Amino acid sequence: MSNIQAGTGAVAAVPDLSPVPAIELDGVVKEYLARGETVQAVKGVSLGVAAGEFFSLLGPSGCGKTTTMRMIAGFEDPTRGVVRLHGRDVTDVPPNKRDVNMVFQSYALFPHMSVWENVAFGLRRKKVQDAEIRRRVGAMLEIVDLTGREKRRPREMSGGQQQRVALARALVNEPRALLLDEPLGALDLKLRQAMQLELKRIQREVGITFVYVTHDQGEALTMSDRIAVMNDGLVEQLAAPREIYERPATAFVAGFIGTSNLLSGTVERVVDGTAVLPLAGYGRILAADAACEAGATITVTVRPEKITISTEEPTGDVSAVRGTVSEVVYLGTSNSYAVGLPDGAEVTVYQQNAHDSSTTAERGDSVWLSWQPHHSYAIGS
Amino acid sequence: MRRRLGDRLLFGYVWLVMLWLFLPIAVMIVFGFNDTQSKSNVSWQGFTLKWWGRLGDYPELLDAVYNSISIALIATLITTVLGTLLGLALGRHRFRGQGATNLVMFAAISSPELVMGASLLSLFVSAGVQTGYRTIVIAHVLFSVSFVAVTVRARVVGLDPSVEEAARDLGASSWVTFWRITFPMILPGVVAGALLAFALSIDDFVITQFTSGATVTFPLWIYGAVRIGIPPQVNIVGTCIFAVGVLIAVVNSVTARRRATA
Repeated sequence: MSNIQAGTGAVAAVPDLSPVPAIELDGVVKEYLARGETVQAVKGVSLGVAAGEFFSLLGPSGCGKTTTMRMIAGFEDPTRGVVRLHGRDVTDVPPNKRDVNMVFQSYALFPHMSVWENVAFGLRRKKVQDAEIRRRVGAMLEIVDLTGREKRRPREMSGGQQQRVALARALVNEPRALLLDEPLGALDLKLRQAMQLELKRIQREVGITFVYVTHDQGEALTMSDRIAVMNDGLVEQLAAPREIYERPATAFVAGFIGTSNLLSGTVERVVDGTAVLPLAGYGRILAADAACEAGATITVTVRPEKITISTEEPTGDVSAVRGTVSEVVYLGTSNSYAVGLPDGAEVTVYQQNAHDSSTTAERGDSVWLSWQPHHSYAIGS
Repeated sequence: MRRRLGDRLLFGYVWLVMLWLFLPIAVMIVFGFNDTQSKSNVSWQGFTLKWWGRLGDYPELLDAVYNSISIALIATLITTVLGTLLGLALGRHRFRGQGATNLVMFAAISSPELVMGASLLSLFVSAGVQTGYRTIVIAHVLFSVSFVAVTVRARVVGLDPSVEEAARDLGASSWVTFWRITFPMILPGVVAGALLAFALSIDDFVITQFTSGATVTFPLWIYGAVRIGIPPQVNIVGTCIFAVGVLIAVVNSVTARRRATA
């Protein structure tokens, strides 16, 4: 609890990276033997999680995020590499001797014990005094809003309540870090959104490092200080949510986080750091800070909400591309357009329904798409 | 209308089944109170309580009952421990020889008692083991261990492995995790297996006949008494065993219900 950083003021700020990370993975590899073949679930992950940080491991199922978390908890032994908690090498330390606690996807509550006994389980193992147990369990149940339900059995409670018991059971031990394995996966949408805010509040309140495993990009963007996007056993990008969204490092990240348009072209010239990519007969792409030279073929991503759709040719130093509307979908707060380009690519555009409900273009219309040069973000392949 | 007819049919069928199951037991109980004069206790002569005071007429009967109960208790204890360990291993782990273990277990369940009894007798004789009380216990453990293993395994397979991981994560050693978490969760399976083992042991005749040597159990005594006529005391002992069985079943279902709702 001594590691509270950033405090309650700056909500979205990334906590200062203290010299010793709360969790450190150093070249961690996990191999399994499946039917005589070696399968690499995690192919070399190195990262540091700062004390007090809300850190997410985000990726599709099978990307190695859960295996990575289980290696931090101690349920899996890394084939190679080192796991450190606050600078101490814990690679060979069993889970019951690691100062981290986990919230399981299935909650994994003890069905034969009351809520109180579930939450007190960890403290009893540490031989904490009875009076101290009463105080801490009581305080923790208050934090998760379960006061008065101490005597209930887990199966008598709703999914959201069970979720909070699991959270309390882990947090009451005041671990160095709390590991959460898709903890909201089993809840319905409304409850999930409520619990996201709840988790964030609790994390601020207790000041404990959270490592959050999820495949839900919205969840990761909402809650995290930083996100490690994983794919196929590797970290593709490790950055703050805004950076991940605005400046995806790879095509995978661009595609996995939100909707993204990928466009490629050959750089004709670079003017004041802005690359100009003419498209044969149907416009041009301007990409600011593209860090490339004339003649290079690059891929840029553009978020659908950055693109303006109009029937007239745009003017000024903007990317301008012509295409034909192939689909218009009314989404309530916005309209989604699918625009086909002459080279066969399809661009998705979101337009806010700020003024009236009529759409700018109909299916089959020829339209111009435009966006600012700094909204084209060049990515590695 | 049709639905009500269906309900009525179902109701009637249920009671028919109950009658079918309970009638033989009722006859056994009732004939413990039969004021029979002859050696055979097969026709109703009138109500009496006198047999309840004359249980000591056949000291060998009481010895046999004592043998049966003590054998059943010892065999159940051993069977439950071994069967639980076996069920845990089969339900939880993948290991070399697992398929073979499953096969042998089901062979033990499905093989005819006559075959098992005869083969056990030849085994004991050729190994130079004197048949008697101990060999009965060994045989009873042998044929009931698979039943316990199967019931426990079913329970183990249904467990969420992350519950045990959660206990480890919260600082419990493997030992504490087993006794505080795993064991309470598989306990219903263990109890069911133990009851099954006890029930199998206490009324086993065929295998016991082969392996008993000079020891006489309750079923063996009844079999011996058939030729001279079964005295009403046998009905009384049977009634008592049945009553204990009903009591255990009721206690078990009540506590199971309490566990489920509490």
